[in-house]
Amino acid sequence: MKGLRIYALAYLLFLYAPILLLPLFAFNNSTIIAFPLSGFTFGWFVELWETPALHAAVKNSLLIAVATAVFSTLLGICAARAGAKYEFPLKRPILGLIMVPLVLPEIIVGVSLLIVVVQLLDWQLSTWTIVAAHTLICTPFSIAILNGAFQNVDTSLEEAALDLGETPLSTFRLITLPLVMPGVISSLLISFTISLDEFIIAFFLTGSDPTMPVYIWGLLRFPQKLPAVMALGTLLVLLSIILLSIAEYFRRRGVRRAGLKDTGGFL
Amino acid sequence: MSTPNAPPLIQLSDVDKYYGDYHALRSVTLDIEQGEFFSLLGPSGCGKTTLLRTIAGFEDASSGVLMLGGENMKGVPANKRPTNMVFQSYAIFPHLNVFENVAFGLRKKGLSATEKDTKVRDALAMVGLDGYGDRAAHALSGGQRQRVALARALVLQPKVLLLDEPLSALDKKMREQMQTELRRLQRQVGITFILVTHDQEEALIMSDRIAVMFEGEIAQVAAPQTLYRRPASQKIANFIGVMNFMPATATPAGGVVNVDIAGLGIATLDADQCPGGVPNGAAHVGIRPEMMSLLFYGETSTASVAQGVIEEQSYYGDMTYYDVRLEGVSDPVTLSMKNIVGRPVLERGEAARVSWDPRALVLFGN
Repeated sequence: MKGLRIYALAYLLFLYAPILLLPLFAFNNSTIIAFPLSGFTFGWFVELWETPALHAAVKNSLLIAVATAVFSTLLGICAARAGAKYEFPLKRPILGLIMVPLVLPEIIVGVSLLIVVVQLLDWQLSTWTIVAAHTLICTPFSIAILNGAFQNVDTSLEEAALDLGETPLSTFRLITLPLVMPGVISSLLISFTISLDEFIIAFFLTGSDPTMPVYIWGLLRFPQKLPAVMALGTLLVLLSIILLSIAEYFRRRGVRRAGLKDTGGFL
Repeated sequence: MSTPNAPPLIQLSDVDKYYGDYHALRSVTLDIEQGEFFSLLGPSGCGKTTLLRTIAGFEDASSGVLMLGGENMKGVPANKRPTNMVFQSYAIFPHLNVFENVAFGLRKKGLSATEKDTKVRDALAMVGLDGYGDRAAHALSGGQRQRVALARALVLQPKVLLLDEPLSALDKKMREQMQTELRRLQRQVGITFILVTHDQEEALIMSDRIAVMFEGEIAQVAAPQTLYRRPASQKIANFIGVMNFMPATATPAGGVVNVDIAGLGIATLDADQCPGGVPNGAAHVGIRPEMMSLLFYGETSTASVAQGVIEEQSYYGDMTYYDVRLEGVSDPVTLSMKNIVGRPVLERGEAARVSWDPRALVLFGN
């Protein structure tokens, strides 16, 4: 037992120590990323605030992330609903295929999408090509989350609403949707986070407006910008933690509402 | 209750239902009258719930006709039928409170807020849930959830209330209380209730009439007393309570049947003691345990009497059940005696005299 405990601690340290270095150097009063620390400063955050190119990148990323979250959640709702409620031919293979992007290397997705968009379709690379690509990789996550939500909805609740005079559509609006809402919020937040962090596909498909991760990658070529990148990274880590916590809160609330036992989740 | 000669509220003729190759309902033909408390009784998988869901509109009959209030229900979806259902799980909407649950079906009725309020209050009062309107759905006990489900359905004043095993999730005491209450409620509102249950006692207690179903088929439709006293087959007799069966030979003679019961001699039965039809030749007679009794000391009986030995005895407090091996009869018969003051409880191995009234016998063809 003791050996296991040490192993668990070492494992956690290995996972999170590098992330802990981010805020450490973000507040360090030196352009060189090295120990010993030389003093405390908010200067790097101020520098972030005063960089318009960064603001453009952040705005671009936020727009992409919001659009991706909405699209992948809408697609996820359709797929999860169909999977939970209906039987159709080839149901399992179809639902399996939808989940494949989850395990597909992003570099392959990036390269093949670049070929499709530029060579075959002859489109301009833009924010929307990135949205399309991010929707592709986020939809499986949305489906995975929403599947749980839809399967937890007792069919007799929907039947009861029908029985009480509602149409299938108003039943969905009045009963099903409120009951899966925690899953919907959870799906929105997680796909938002994934899209916001995503680099490889965005790097391939970015036109003239870089996303935030792509912009950060650009900064890495200038050593004197590194502490500012650390500061930005700190903010991103914070944002990710907050969003994932909110997502988990809603997922758990959904499980509670449905009166079921918690069988795990992302956190 | 129904006016004379009014057409039945629900008419099913030759209704069949297939799930793929599975034949869930086999040419079900059934009339249910206005104002009846009607039960569909059968073991699990007998098709009783499928039949209920077909009436509700959740399942489409594969063939046959379902008439409800004189209208053919073919293609009419559940939300357009004059039926409401109380689900086995109660299906209380978890995100709405009690008031909102009960008011749910009134949404499209175009009522003013006050009218709606009054209706919901009345419905809640009717099921004994005065002042529970603000309760959250998850803060209700099983019995309360069931009452909310009832109020939610009855507030719409449906022509038919369908109940899918509504008492099976309750504990014994609560179940007995709800049985009485449902019966009272049904008399009060005068709406036709159709109850699905696998509990024969529940069906006997609550119903005006009972349809017994086996394997998708209706085996017998009768009032509780008829069903218990004159079951149409050995299978029905065994499903509803306990019955002893003894091989016999039947010889119809005019309006009566002479029956030679193996080892016990000849009895003469009326035609109404053959609910499944008058057999000729090899048959079985059946008798319920409480229709036979032990004779103690010098007691005599004008009815049939046989000698035997107690083979097994089970003491239940209010009753004692005996398995008695009668002379000349191959299988022991089960009989029950009420434990009244001064009546001894016999032990295994003791000699016993058993008497019964031949009018309690039921004759089944083989």
